[in-house]
Amino acid sequence: MDNIFEKLAEIVGKEYVSNAKEELFIYSRDPGVQDPHTPDYVVLPNTTEEVKKIILLANKEKIPIVPMGGGLVLSGLTIPLKGGIVLDMKRMNRILEVNETSRYAVVEAGTSQGMLKTYLEKNYPKLKHSLPDAPPVATIAGNIAIHGSGHLSQSEGGFHSEMVTGLEVVLPTGEILSLGSCSTVPYWFSRAPLPDLVGLFLGWNGTTGVITKVGLKLFPKPALHDVLMFMTEDVDTVPDVMYRVTATSMAEDVTFMITPKPAMFEGFQETIISIAANSEEEMELKKKIIRKSLSSYIETREAGFLPIPPNMKAPILEVPQKNLSRFADVSKGGGFEYVGGIIPVEKLPEACRVGIDISQKNGITYSLGGRVIGRLHSVMFFFAYPFNRADKEDIDRARHALEDTNEAVLKMGGIPWKAEASGQRLILKQMDPATYEFMQRIKKTLDPSGIMNPGNWEAN
Amino acid sequence: MEKQYADILHRCFRCGWCKLPTNYQDFNCPSYLKYRFESFSSGGRMWLIRAWLNGEIKTSERLSEILFSCVTCKNCVEACALPKIKDYLVDIFIAARGDMVEQGAIPPPVRDYLKAINVSGNPYKMPQADRGNWADGLNIPYYNSHEYLFYVGDVGSYDEIGMKMARSVATLLKDAGVSFGILKGDETSDGNDVKALGETGLFTYLAEQNINKFKELGVKKVITLDPHGFNSMKNEYPKLGGNFEVYHYTQVLSSLIKNAIPLREVHAKVTYHDPCYLGRWNNEYWASRIVLGSIPGLELIEMDRNMQNALCCGGGGGNFFTDILGPGEDSSSRVRVKEAAATGAEILAVACPICYKMFDDAIKAEGLEEKIHVKDISEIVNEALRVES
Repeated sequence: MDNIFEKLAEIVGKEYVSNAKEELFIYSRDPGVQDPHTPDYVVLPNTTEEVKKIILLANKEKIPIVPMGGGLVLSGLTIPLKGGIVLDMKRMNRILEVNETSRYAVVEAGTSQGMLKTYLEKNYPKLKHSLPDAPPVATIAGNIAIHGSGHLSQSEGGFHSEMVTGLEVVLPTGEILSLGSCSTVPYWFSRAPLPDLVGLFLGWNGTTGVITKVGLKLFPKPALHDVLMFMTEDVDTVPDVMYRVTATSMAEDVTFMITPKPAMFEGFQETIISIAANSEEEMELKKKIIRKSLSSYIETREAGFLPIPPNMKAPILEVPQKNLSRFADVSKGGGFEYVGGIIPVEKLPEACRVGIDISQKNGITYSLGGRVIGRLHSVMFFFAYPFNRADKEDIDRARHALEDTNEAVLKMGGIPWKAEASGQRLILKQMDPATYEFMQRIKKTLDPSGIMNPGNWEAN
Repeated sequence: MEKQYADILHRCFRCGWCKLPTNYQDFNCPSYLKYRFESFSSGGRMWLIRAWLNGEIKTSERLSEILFSCVTCKNCVEACALPKIKDYLVDIFIAARGDMVEQGAIPPPVRDYLKAINVSGNPYKMPQADRGNWADGLNIPYYNSHEYLFYVGDVGSYDEIGMKMARSVATLLKDAGVSFGILKGDETSDGNDVKALGETGLFTYLAEQNINKFKELGVKKVITLDPHGFNSMKNEYPKLGGNFEVYHYTQVLSSLIKNAIPLREVHAKVTYHDPCYLGRWNNEYWASRIVLGSIPGLELIEMDRNMQNALCCGGGGGNFFTDILGPGEDSSSRVRVKEAAATGAEILAVACPICYKMFDDAIKAEGLEEKIHVKDISEIVNEALRVES
């Protein structure tokens, strides 16, 4: 047994540290198509103090650390590119506080989306948080750290990272910091009016520290939910459809889907408009206003609302949606890969055409879609390609499609979301050099030993 | 197993739905709950089995621990997002264990369990002749053309709590005038957990012993004490030519209760734990609830994780005997009794001797003796049975 293993075992207990081949195998890869890289240790901390001790040890021994939540990012952000310690945070999954009146929750970093959802439903049925389309084991901290988005991103303020009211983090040098109002008063209500340091840990792919607690905005939970589906045949009309719907302020969530299967949907685009209301009367009024906003399309028969039978409505309204995970088995292959391009809505038609072209060029099927972020301030557009995990050539095709898509997204004026290391390099190549230099200066200042998730946000 | 599941193994996305119940409340896979490494989740197991068969990882003690720590509770089957592979998950884990058994690469407690069954006919290494001791003083006849055979299994025959439960059920059946007999020293282990541990050869031998004996005696209907025995006799014995009408005792009680057993009031708050081999394995969720709901004054309070979402006691898949999962705050039995106590119930009702024993120990470990205690369904009914003077 080596010295580092024993020191880690002293910190977390020997049952929560492993360098067995089986754990190293599993933690060397994620469900996507990125190449595996083997860690040296997998460690499961239970407290912020333990995280601090692990980081101090890693700093002293110059061992890389890769923080991991649900491990579901699909683009390898929790794959240890330079080996070292994978820090699986899911033992730290306590819900610490819910402030019902100020509408925020404070949770430990490993708390899952599903666990918080269920906890709120039971204990605070009038509150909810915005859930991503990821499986329910995805963690709150992992999702905000990658600028995730979800079913309240249109109505309640944008990316999930924008819903963060404060953080507790452990710096790469071991200091424990409280960021946001919690740094000054006992409440976690806001990042304002203080200098906003929270952003130093959002979107950085774990290269600036380890998030251990998250303050998260909660929102009122109306009693009723319903959905409208607007079918268009001309993709160029979709940005306008979204513009009109979001202008009504009546929708909770606005998403978009284009897929060759089932055959009845081929050639159409579906804009899915979720609506929440406190009464039937309010629901009907909201639907009426949304329908009216799109009436000219219906009058000219360019597009129309699709009647949705109850058995179709239920899975659409399900949060999170199990159906999305089922896409992994489309080709009986156990996987899919996707680029989430954050794009301006006017580029949505181009994104659709590019996605179809790329899938055809690489000989694979596709599912394309997106979610309106904020009041159409941007769209998270996903290009998803299923692959057969047992077929190396199929994996390569999905990887090529992914790389082609990253380039296309940047070319059209968007930015790949949670990009893998090679995608990050593409972004950095296009980034203002002064901005990149500033990023590196911040990283160097926070992480002088370069131990935090090395290989990420590096131009070379 | 490679050929049998070649089209399925690679199709696990490792998306993690399998770790949670369908209401997402908390981790519901006992081995993942205890170990917390991805490798001990069902998805982790799927990927490791595939890597093992591909030669990417070798047979090892750790791999053996990972495979044999699965309690076969089928939470993963219930929660998996992929409808075309979910039903095979536990079958794949059991098949992989079978390969481990063939290689002789099994954890020592599994080896000892299988050896004890082989040598002594039961995991307790007790004399076969003692199998009927649980019925001492009850005056229950050896099976002889009765309507039912009451089969109690290993735990009901040898474990103190299991024997108490067997006596309670038998007393009720007698009081209700049910025609039944027992096999005493002629019972053979039902083999359910032997099969779950991957030893299909030994399982077949045990099952055939029972099947032959049942046929020899003309048994048509069987009542089992244990959901594990119920499962093997109902679903596995027919594949070996053993076609009997098999009932779990709660199913018989629920039909007797419907026929108006006179019950006195029991003023108690009760929460019920669904055994995996009755619930998720056999879709029987209502028999126990019908019985409890028929007792006047009894208040049934459901835990948040109930029916298809029940958290396993941790004793399934042979773990009751092998204890691979071991004790500790994150053992599912301890988590489950805390959940039961949090309902405010004073009785945790069970329908399985394994659950009974697991929870009885867990309540002591958690220091909850003053708040809640375990009773099986038949004990609660016995208390409520109006004894005519």
